[in-house]
Amino acid sequence: MSITQPEIEHVARLARLALSDTEKELFTGQMSAILRYVETLNELDTDGIIPTAHAVPVENSFRPDAVQPSIGTDQALRNAPDRVETFFRVPPVIE
Amino acid sequence: MELHTLTIHHLHQLLKNRQVTSREVTTAMLNRIEFSDPRINAFITVAADQALAAAAAADQRIASGDCQPLTGIPLALKDIFLTEGLRTTCASRMLADFIAPYDATAWARLKSQGAVLLGKLNQDEFAMGSSCENSAFGPTRNPWDIERTPGGSSGGSAAAIAAQQATATLGTDTGGSIRQPASHCGCVGLKPTYGRVSRYGVIAYASSLDQVGPVTRDVTDAALLLQVIAGHDPKDSTSVAMPVPDYVASLKNDVKGMKIGLPKEYFIAGLDPDVQRAMDDAIAHLKAQGAEFVEVSLPHTTYAVACYYLIATAEASSNLARYEGVRFGHRATGSQGLIEMMMQTRAEGFGAEVKRRIMLGTYALSSGYYDAYYLKAQKVRTLIQRDFTEAFKSVDILLTPVAPTPAFKIGEKAADPLQMYLSDIFTIPVNLAGICGISLPAQPSSNGLPIGLQLIGRPFGEETILRAAYSFEQTTDWHRTKAAL
Amino acid sequence: MNYQPVIGLEVHVQLNTQSKIFCGCSTRFGAEPNRNTCPVCLGLPGALPVLNRQVVESALMAGLATNCAIAHRSIFARKNYFYPDLPKGYQISQFEQPICEKGWLEIQVEGQPPKRIGITRIHMEEDAGKLVHGLGNGSGVDLNRAGTPLLEVVSEPDFRSADEAVAYLKQLHQIVTYLGICDGNMEEGSFRCDANVSVMPVGSATLGTRAEIKNVNSFKFVKAAIEYEISRQIDLLSDGGTVVQETRLFDPNTGTTRSMRGKEEAHDYRYFPDPDLVPLVISADWVERAEKELPELPTVKRQRFITQFGLPEYDAEVLTASRPLAEYFEETAAFAHNPKAAANWVMGEMTRTLNDSGRSIDDCPVPPRRLADLLHLIDKGAISNNIAKKVFELMWQSGKEPAAIVEEQGMAQVSDSGAIEAAIDQILAANQGQAEEYRSGKEKMFGFFVGQVMKAMKGKANPAMVNELLLTKLKG
Repeated sequence: MSITQPEIEHVARLARLALSDTEKELFTGQMSAILRYVETLNELDTDGIIPTAHAVPVENSFRPDAVQPSIGTDQALRNAPDRVETFFRVPPVIE
Repeated sequence: MELHTLTIHHLHQLLKNRQVTSREVTTAMLNRIEFSDPRINAFITVAADQALAAAAAADQRIASGDCQPLTGIPLALKDIFLTEGLRTTCASRMLADFIAPYDATAWARLKSQGAVLLGKLNQDEFAMGSSCENSAFGPTRNPWDIERTPGGSSGGSAAAIAAQQATATLGTDTGGSIRQPASHCGCVGLKPTYGRVSRYGVIAYASSLDQVGPVTRDVTDAALLLQVIAGHDPKDSTSVAMPVPDYVASLKNDVKGMKIGLPKEYFIAGLDPDVQRAMDDAIAHLKAQGAEFVEVSLPHTTYAVACYYLIATAEASSNLARYEGVRFGHRATGSQGLIEMMMQTRAEGFGAEVKRRIMLGTYALSSGYYDAYYLKAQKVRTLIQRDFTEAFKSVDILLTPVAPTPAFKIGEKAADPLQMYLSDIFTIPVNLAGICGISLPAQPSSNGLPIGLQLIGRPFGEETILRAAYSFEQTTDWHRTKAAL
Repeated sequence: MNYQPVIGLEVHVQLNTQSKIFCGCSTRFGAEPNRNTCPVCLGLPGALPVLNRQVVESALMAGLATNCAIAHRSIFARKNYFYPDLPKGYQISQFEQPICEKGWLEIQVEGQPPKRIGITRIHMEEDAGKLVHGLGNGSGVDLNRAGTPLLEVVSEPDFRSADEAVAYLKQLHQIVTYLGICDGNMEEGSFRCDANVSVMPVGSATLGTRAEIKNVNSFKFVKAAIEYEISRQIDLLSDGGTVVQETRLFDPNTGTTRSMRGKEEAHDYRYFPDPDLVPLVISADWVERAEKELPELPTVKRQRFITQFGLPEYDAEVLTASRPLAEYFEETAAFAHNPKAAANWVMGEMTRTLNDSGRSIDDCPVPPRRLADLLHLIDKGAISNNIAKKVFELMWQSGKEPAAIVEEQGMAQVSDSGAIEAAIDQILAANQGQAEEYRSGKEKMFGFFVGQVMKAMKGKANPAMVNELLLTKLKG
């Protein structure tokens, strides 16, 4: 199966990636080739096969409901590209 | 004595007997980095001052009579491990100035023994790649031939060992990212069983596949490092609460009666003749020591790459959603509004391969395609895992090549992502099955390039592959050969 | 054409754990922005979630209390979308295998037979942070709330009116507060609700297009929002229009809902199992233990109050409205040995005083034992009911024991027939005209004499004795 450029644009929007026209064109071709390749999986009959999400069977990892010290606002905001007071600041949502 | 060429266990003896100080060793390493790294580019960040301070502290600790196996040993970390106060970039423009407020658990454990951190190593951006070419900080070059890549994604971790810039390093392995560069650079690289080493503080690429492991000069060093970093971490739900065996004690020169499987799907016609020769040579060595070889079949091998690229990219597309310019990392300027800011930030912050994988993963998870791609891949993953379970019913370990060819040239596969992906065919199945594998130097190619041998073990079968690797190493000198720089 | 509304509810119940669902940060409300954060809830690179066990216990309790089947194995999934208050770019939730499924609650709307409402599922998830608008040129992100544990309770579209929806919400609210897993504070958003509303022609088998009304935070608003939305959709369809599937926001000031179109683009959440978390497996033993530890639920308690204490249904309903109130009553009744009197006092004087003082029953200054002591004094005839109200007021203010107050204030009831007779004689002598009127048949004058006698005795006379003696003397 091949992927179309409008599909690429839709996926890029879902992934919040601004792509240049060159990238769109490049990815359309490359992703089509990759998708054709991964579709070899359809040669396999997987009816009734339980999907594997984890290779190692671990169950029930818990922590107790106990408060641990937080890292403090200085550390929390240390890498912030922009801040106001102790908030992270972001540009306004444009409707 | 060239301090920069020594192993952990050798240096440990010297430090313990006060024949050298950590400061001397660390200085030697820093000099070596200064001398060789302009050509190799294995380091993204060299932390000379911090390293010397840590070395001085280690020397005091040793003077007080406390010399742990890693005390005073100069190490370097793939730049995917968070290090408190020292920038962690993951080789991405996105994190070029990111300073973590905490240490990765694996590094914290080494640090608590008094290990010295020389700096942070180059890699493919977000561990996505097999050549270390996808780095915002330029490609790393293979010390054996600087026209070639060191492999990837932990290319810096392997190149730094080959260039004798660090005594040992840590890497991560999602589809072969420790074993393949170790193979291309002539070092030992161990990918432990999934869940054996904590992933906390390791920047995630594909969470169900990522695993931390050592890159070292020999098998003993790999066991020593694994000993320290392995074990349950309450901060990683997927880390396993099984006791950690004594890996160093498992290093016995004894493979008598060990059953070693040769998966026929890995020894296909068209395998690089040098690689085939190296495998034949390794088999002969181990046979001579009393190991028994049998052919086994892993029938779904041919589907592993396709399966891997769906699962890994799907997980990555979600793991990399946090890089949107709000709380840390790069932020694009001059954007109109929030959504544009996020889209522009990600466009500027990520390199091409990262974008490609985010796109593929987003697509594989998107409405209408989930069952056909992601769910299908998870089912095939079950089949691949079963292949290994079946094989391990009749053999103790498996022996395979690490990569189909020795190190390729820089730029050789850059234009064709699919060809690059296919070069990971022998390492990827191990990650999908969640089992352990080690890469160690075998007979080099006719033109002197390192070639790695892969030994694959059962889940939590690290002791067995370490023992076989150690036995092989005792009969060969390949691990002692040094790249001429 | 007549239309039939069809309503389903999604309720978010904020759990009152000490720490967040996947990290050890405090869930306390009101801290300085981003004070209660760590690498995990900030979504920093490399951070990993670890599940708070208490969240599972709470979900289990909620599931059992709403007749759900508890999944032996459930998993967490990532819901992927970008928003600045969502630190990781995904919310950890449950999708394909939630912890609870297929439950129900029976609701009662006045004047209608009881009705069973299906509960599709209950799942655990993390809350997002908060976006504060208008901070200079932009918005502020505060992640203190990010990672607060929530249960999402999804009902079947079984409601046919706003009243049914409200009855269900009230019952669910009562259950989660009874279980002690949620503080129930709707103003602070601890219990909030999205309503899916559609209408279809009566008799139709096909559901109409639904609108989702977001985050309505009081029972009153839920009723208003649903009723407005029903009439909006009916008007629209009656005029030949069509209902658009969309998210709408209720405006309490105007009592209307408005479209959020444009603010939200079409979502494709790309759910998949979270590889950072492992499956949750709940054994039969675990379920059994949770069942045993489950507190008595309001409906059961109500029934027990009726049978055990002989209370009328109304009283039982009022007294079981909240668990602390029910417990207060039950303790008082146990000490007082007069359940009906205890019920009257708790529902009357106590509730009124609590309301006046703006206090909750939890920090009521009159403990159940003291209230019971007061009831004893009434039962013994030591004080009248009216005097008891004054004593109660003083108990509230001073925290003293009722007997001590009665003693100090000389409020003890006079049951000495001599003293009462003397007072009566005096009153009769002073009011001979009125006595004549009574005797000539104007019986309502009796009340006048009672009043006069009580006044003369400063309200402390035993009322029964006053009645009896006065009657004898007047007739005499």
